[in-house]
Amino acid sequence: MLQIKNLSFSVDDEGGKKEIIKDISLEIPDGKLIVITGPNGGGKSTLAKLIAGIEKPTAGQIIFNGEDITGLSITERAQKGVAFAFQQPVKFKGIQVLDLIRLAAGRKLTVADACAYLSLVGLCAREYINREVNSSLSGGELKRIEIATVLARKSLLTLFDEPEAGIDLWSFGNLIEVFRKQREEIADRSILIISHQERILNIADEIVVLNSGEIEKQGAKDKLLPELIGTPAAVKNCQGINSEV
Amino acid sequence: MDLNNIQQYLLKEIAGIDGNNLTGAFNIRSDSLSIGRQSTKNIEIVSKTGVSGMDIFIKPDTKGESVHIPVVLTQSGLKEDVYNDFYIGDNADVEIVAGCGIDNCGNHDSQHNGIHRFYVGKNAKIKYVEKHFGSGSGAGKRILNPVTEVYMEEDSCCEMEMVQIKGVDDTERKTVAELKAGAKLIIRERLMTHNEHRALSDYAVVLNGDGSSADVVSRGVARDNSYQKLDLKIVGNAACKGHTECDSIIMDDGKILAVPALEANSVDASLVHEAAIGKIAGDQIIKLMTLGLTEAEAEEQIINGFLR
Repeated sequence: MLQIKNLSFSVDDEGGKKEIIKDISLEIPDGKLIVITGPNGGGKSTLAKLIAGIEKPTAGQIIFNGEDITGLSITERAQKGVAFAFQQPVKFKGIQVLDLIRLAAGRKLTVADACAYLSLVGLCAREYINREVNSSLSGGELKRIEIATVLARKSLLTLFDEPEAGIDLWSFGNLIEVFRKQREEIADRSILIISHQERILNIADEIVVLNSGEIEKQGAKDKLLPELIGTPAAVKNCQGINSEV
Repeated sequence: MDLNNIQQYLLKEIAGIDGNNLTGAFNIRSDSLSIGRQSTKNIEIVSKTGVSGMDIFIKPDTKGESVHIPVVLTQSGLKEDVYNDFYIGDNADVEIVAGCGIDNCGNHDSQHNGIHRFYVGKNAKIKYVEKHFGSGSGAGKRILNPVTEVYMEEDSCCEMEMVQIKGVDDTERKTVAELKAGAKLIIRERLMTHNEHRALSDYAVVLNGDGSSADVVSRGVARDNSYQKLDLKIVGNAACKGHTECDSIIMDDGKILAVPALEANSVDASLVHEAAIGKIAGDQIIKLMTLGLTEAEAEEQIINGFLR
């Protein structure tokens, strides 16, 4: 279980302080899929980065399975079971898809095992496993590889930051299936997805609406989703999704 | 051959071979002596007279064979100039593995200057791999100054992988190539310098024939207080295509000077150069840290990938 207690984060802004996250408290229980939504600039990605350790909070605590991880590094949090799928996948020179999946798994995976993760995200494994994770891959391909590496981690808590961003329509359908499957398989693990997409919100157990760094609404999907449909917090069209298939 | 542990270790690093179990044509040079040699029906290795080195004759139409000519130096203070000439017959398709490893545990500089000349016949194809490596705890330097000259006949193809793995204190690398019509040259250089090392690498590729092409890519990592200078020049004298790329990672107090140069003497020459120097991208380190690697482990993975 992840507990966020009175978390705040601010940055220097023209002589003053700008608060990005304002005294947020939130619980993500084991076995749940939580989707955080809300307007752009509301602090969603920052919250995910604070959980992963990429940003350091200015106040508050992050408790993971009873342990205060607020002061731990990115590496230490990853080793304790926090995984993070970047909104903008990182490109490398020379590092191949197979290398990245093996590093993510943290164990000696066979090529066949690594390929299985690529197949999960709809990539023909044979064509991709030895490709370099560089700009020769399209944004959608990089995004699917990013998600495959995170799936290989088998983490206790997995954070997906706008997994639909830059992905094509076909892959999006596939992605929903991946999350649905993950959703069925998680027992002691939990998933936190940052998304505006109604189809992703629709597979959540619980939805949190973040606006101007504060939790505006929070509740069970069945109760909250009908209120959100048609607002920027739950878009139905393909906003953010690449329509090229 | 009766190889000691250091010889075996160096041969493994530079040529990936077990010196006691070699097949095909080979010559193993250790501390200025040939300690093992084998020619084959199609590949003949002959010692030069007057200077140190060999002539390697590869018969026309030889396919799928390989030549290994690794060099190891284990005596501190040894300095040598070695001239190896390769005559590759028309239509041959072979692999040539060279490389030099210096283990210097003494206080005197050890130096190997390898001058390799390749005469590549019409429609012949070679893959050349050359790796340099230094080890040993002595204060004496490990110095390697390779000169590589490539003369390519019509429609020949030459793929060269030239790597400085690590441990080389000082190197001056000079590569020249001349290409006739339809010839194709691909060079992949990888340079790692650390401590107080210095590496100068100079390329001059001349595209003389229509349809000739060259793709020269040099990747380097300069760590600690090391220095690298890369001069990559392509000259286009015909309807040809040339591409050079210097791509470097700078770390610690390293220094890098990249000097790409293009010279077109024909209106139909198409030449491109790219050069980039920068530190390891922060988001690359963060990404690998989110996979559970420490910052130092992440850096190593990024460098290993970059220099692959």
